[in-house]
Amino acid sequence: MWIYEKKLQYPVRVSTCNPTLAKYLIEQYGGADGELAAALRYLNQRYTIPNKVIGLLTDIGTEEFAHLEMIATMVYKLTKDATPDQMKVAGLGDHYANHDGALFYQNASGVPWTAAYIAAKGDPIADLYEDIAAEEKARATYQWLIDLSDDPAINDGLRFLREREIIHAQRFREAVEILKDERDQKKVF
Amino acid sequence: MNTHHKTYHPYVSPFDPCVPINIKTYSTPPHLYMGYQPPNLPQFTPAEALRAGTIWKAFYDPYFSQIELAKEGNQV
Repeated sequence: MWIYEKKLQYPVRVSTCNPTLAKYLIEQYGGADGELAAALRYLNQRYTIPNKVIGLLTDIGTEEFAHLEMIATMVYKLTKDATPDQMKVAGLGDHYANHDGALFYQNASGVPWTAAYIAAKGDPIADLYEDIAAEEKARATYQWLIDLSDDPAINDGLRFLREREIIHAQRFREAVEILKDERDQKKVF
Repeated sequence: MNTHHKTYHPYVSPFDPCVPINIKTYSTPPHLYMGYQPPNLPQFTPAEALRAGTIWKAFYDPYFSQIELAKEGNQV
């Protein structure tokens, strides 16, 4: 069960109407290493992982939804009131044809989100290494988005999100350490 | 102290069509070197932490684009 708090994890400000930037940001909305894939991956892995790290997956999976909401707000604000012509110029003419201004779970190239993005091997070490890789890939995506963006207000939010990916990667690395720990074994030297 | 960036010099062919990038940079954030987080690390104030995205100073590694770095005074 979840409790919803009706505010964003970090305030989202947008400097200008910029549908082109929104098109790039969609990568983190419905892309392979995006926030939706991350949230669903972690929450799904909870059922087949040792008890000690279930709570971590719940916490991080939940936070990914908060990030998803931030990205959605960015995309929404960057495209709000954009005319069909502006959408066309931004390379979003095909998006407009199908969705008008609605958000859709797809990557920056318009490829729809698929459950195939979610890794669930059932092996705790394999899954946690997958999670570490997912966080590093999301961190890299935020770097490239900051490189592409000329909106200082958006970059501020993207930097916050990138920092969170670093922390998540750190916690997953610690989770691996917990699972491989030999504390309970009797060691004879 | 570890650096948060590493650089390397890629090979540049005389036939490369684009203007060559002589130094490539990649991110190596602090968590790569941490292992288990040690106890009693220095913290940001709560207000600073909410902005930074972490309460632990040791994990803070903001990323700026080349455009941002070129503009002075933009560094947080």
